[in-house]
Amino acid sequence: MSSNAPNPTEPAPLSRETMPDRRGEVLTGAQIIWEVLLREGVDVVFGYPGGAIMPAYDAMIQYPIRHVLVRHEQGASHMADGYARASGQVGVCVATSGPGATNLVTGIATAMLDSSPIVCITGQVGANLLGSDAFQEIDITGVTLPITKHNYLVTSVDEIVPVMREAFYIARSGRPGPVLVDICKNAQQESTTFEWSDEPVTLPGYRPVYVPKDDHVAQALELIAKAKRPVILAGQGVVKSGATEALTRFVDASGIPVACTLLGLGGFPASHAQNLGMMGMHGEAWVNTAIQEADLLLAFGMRFDDRVTGNLKTFAPGARKVHVELDPSEINKNVKVDVPIIGDLKKVLELMQPGLTGVERPAWTARIAELKGDSAVRDIQHLPDLGKLYAAHVIHDLWRLTEGRAVVVTDVGQHQMWEAQYYHHDEPRSLITSGGLGTMGFALPAAIGARFAADPGKSVWVVVGDGGFQMTACELTTCVQEDIKVNIAIINNGFLGMVRQWQEFFYGGRYVATPIKSPDFVKLADAHGLKGMRVESRADLAAAVREAEAHPGTVVIDFRVEQEDSVYPMVPAGADLGDMIKRPRRVDGRVAQHNPIFETGEDR
Amino acid sequence: MSDVVKRTFVIFVEDRPGVLNRVTSLFRRRDFNIESLTVSESHEPGVSRITVVCLANEDTAKRIEANVYKLVNVLEVDEITHKPRIERCLALIKVRADRAARAELIQLCEMFRASVVDVAPESLTIEAVGAPGKIQGLLTVLEPFGIEEMVQSGAIAMTRGSVPKAERRRPVREIQVA
Ligand SMILES: Cc1ncc(C[n+]2csc(CCOP(=O)(O)OP(=O)(O)O)c2C)c(N)n1
Ligand SMILES: [Mg+2]
Repeated sequence: MSSNAPNPTEPAPLSRETMPDRRGEVLTGAQIIWEVLLREGVDVVFGYPGGAIMPAYDAMIQYPIRHVLVRHEQGASHMADGYARASGQVGVCVATSGPGATNLVTGIATAMLDSSPIVCITGQVGANLLGSDAFQEIDITGVTLPITKHNYLVTSVDEIVPVMREAFYIARSGRPGPVLVDICKNAQQESTTFEWSDEPVTLPGYRPVYVPKDDHVAQALELIAKAKRPVILAGQGVVKSGATEALTRFVDASGIPVACTLLGLGGFPASHAQNLGMMGMHGEAWVNTAIQEADLLLAFGMRFDDRVTGNLKTFAPGARKVHVELDPSEINKNVKVDVPIIGDLKKVLELMQPGLTGVERPAWTARIAELKGDSAVRDIQHLPDLGKLYAAHVIHDLWRLTEGRAVVVTDVGQHQMWEAQYYHHDEPRSLITSGGLGTMGFALPAAIGARFAADPGKSVWVVVGDGGFQMTACELTTCVQEDIKVNIAIINNGFLGMVRQWQEFFYGGRYVATPIKSPDFVKLADAHGLKGMRVESRADLAAAVREAEAHPGTVVIDFRVEQEDSVYPMVPAGADLGDMIKRPRRVDGRVAQHNPIFETGEDR
Repeated sequence: MSDVVKRTFVIFVEDRPGVLNRVTSLFRRRDFNIESLTVSESHEPGVSRITVVCLANEDTAKRIEANVYKLVNVLEVDEITHKPRIERCLALIKVRADRAARAELIQLCEMFRASVVDVAPESLTIEAVGAPGKIQGLLTVLEPFGIEEMVQSGAIAMTRGSVPKAERRRPVREIQVA
C-alpha cells in the first residue's frame, strides 16, 4: 500500500459546517437517514450494526455524527435515554432487526415510563419478505406498540424523511416519549431525490399542546389563598418544562413548602429553605406526614405514582387537590382532584404568579418544623467511625467532595434511595434515575449517554449496586473503546439489597436468592485497562473520590459497605403514607447494630 | 362504582394499517373492557369510524377519551352515551322451526320488525336490526324454539339531528398543529 493512499479508517474530519447541502440530489435511503439526523440536530448516536441496518451504517461515515458502539443494544437505548435526560434533547439509538431490535426493548420501556424523548432506529428485513419469518425478522413495531409513544414501519425510501421528522417531533413535543422507526432494508438501499423543508410538522390527530382554562387557574388561586396547610408536590414535569425558576418564584411569593418526587429531585433546589425533601415510599417521615396533614396539595408535573401516594384510600384525606399536568389522561387516574389544570407547567406557573398573595401561615410552618424535629438533620459527618463503611457515608461524602455539582446517574435498589436521600441536588437534570420502570442495569449506559450531554466541566458519577452493575457491566468496554470518562461508585453490599430488605421486613428474614457474588471489581477494571480502587473504610473514601475525579479515564470504585443495612424510613407497599417504618433511633446512647444512621440534632 | 354504565364512543381515526390494533391494544393495556367494537369507512375519504361500547364509570370514561386522544392516528373521540343517538346492531339468528312452529315465528318476526331471510325444512334464519336491547328481547322470545346459531354485530351509533356547525368534524387536512 502506498503511503499516500487514503486511509479508510481515518476519513477527513467532517463537520456540520462543511457538509454540502444535498437537497435536490438523488440519495439512498441510508444517506437520507443521516441527512435527517443531522438536520434534527443529532451529534451522537448509540448503536450496534447487523444485516438489516448495514446500508445505514455504510453511509454513516459520510456524516459528522459520532457513533458509540455499545456492547448490548439495551445499553444503546439506555444511553439514548441518559443523553435525553441530561440534555432535554432527543437521544438516538440504532440497532439491527430481530435480536438487535428486541434487545432495545427494556431501554424503550424505561424511557416510556419516565417520558424520556428518544428515537430508536431499527433495520428491518426487505419489505417483500415482511410476514414470512425471514431471517432476523421480528415484528418490532408490534412488540413495542405498548411501550412507545408512537412507532412506524417504513417500507419505501420516500417515507423516510416524513416519518423521521414526525418521529422527532412526536418524541420531543407534549409529554415526551420514545418513538421507534423500523426501516426495511430495501428502503435504505433505494434512492430518491432528497427533499427537506423546515415547515413545522403537521399531524392531523396529534395535539400535544393544551391551553389551561382560565376558570381553573382562578379556582386554584382561590384555593391557594384560603389554604392553611398547603404543600406543593413537585415532579419531573418541573424538570421537563424547564420550570425551576418559575417554581422558585412561585414558592418565594406564596411561601408554600415543596415535597419532591424521586424524578422531581433537582427540579427545585434542595438547598431552598422551603424544600422539604423527597416524599413517598422512602421519603422523609416529616414530608409524608406533612402531606397527610395538608389541606391543599398542589401537584405540579407529577402523576401520583403508587410509590408516592401509598394507600390511595387514605392518601391526604383532608386535602383539596390541584393537578397541573400536561397529559389529560393523567387527570383523576390515581387520585381524584378538585381542580385539573392541563397545560405546560412553566406557563401555568407564570399564569398563576400575578394572582399569588403572600399569606402567612405561622401555624403550618411551626407544625412542619415540629415534624422535622431532630430528624431533619442526620449526623453523618460526625458519626463515629465504627470501622465500617455505610452506603449513606459514601453518598454523603460524594455529595460534599463533588460540592453537589456532579451529574449522578443511579441504578435501582437501596443505593438509589440512599442517593436520593443523601446527595442534595440543587440543579435540574443533575440526577438521572429510572423511576417508573425501576430498571436495574440502567446506570452505567445511561451515564455514558449523559456524558455526551452534560456540561463538560461537570463530573458524571454512576451510583450502582453490585447486582445492577453486573447487568450491564459489559459497557465498561464501551468506555474504553470510545474513550469515555465516567466515575463508577459500586455500592457493594453482597446482596440484592432492596429485595433483601423486603425479605427482612416482610418475608421472615428468609434471604432467598438475594446473596449475590461478584467478580473482583478492581480486577475487572484492570482487565479493561481501567483504574480500579477498593474502599473498605470511611477513612479511605475521600482520597479515592479525589483520585477518581483527577484520573482522565473511567474509574471503578468498589465500595465495600455494610451488608445488611436498610433504607429508612419506609412506607410498605400499599400502606398508608403516614404509616412508616422509621429509622431506628439511638438506644441508651448506643447505636442499633445495623442502623448507624440515627437521628440527632447535629448539623449534617 | 355506582355510575358504571355501558358507554358509547365514536372514534375517528386515520385509515392506515395497524390503527385499529393501536386502539384495541390501548383498551387492553389500560384494562378498559370492550363490550363491542365495529369499524368501517366514514363519510370522509381516508378516515375510518370506530364505535366502541364499554362498561365504565364517569371518570374512567374521561380517561378512556383522553387516552384514545393520545394515539397519534386518532382524529377525534366523542362519547355520545348521554347524547340523543341512534344505536343499531345487526343479528342473524337460525331457529329450529318445523312446519308447526313457522307461522308463530313469522308472527314474532313481524312484531320485532325482523325478517326471515332463509327457510330450510327444519329451520328459519332471521335477520334483525335494532338497538342492542331489542335484539336481546327477540332472542328471549326465540329461545324456546331452539336457537341453532346466532351472530351479532357490535353497535354502530350516530347522534340524532344535524350536527351543529361548530361541532362538525373538520376534514383531516384542515387541522394544523403548531
Ligand atoms: C431488571 C430488574 N430486575 C429485577 C429488579 C428487582 N430489584 C429491584 S432492586 C433489586 C436489588 C438490586 O440489588 P443491587 O443492584 O445490588 O442494589 P442494592 O439494592 O443492593 O443497593 C432487585 C433485584 C429490578 N428492579 N430490575
Ligand atoms: Mg447490592
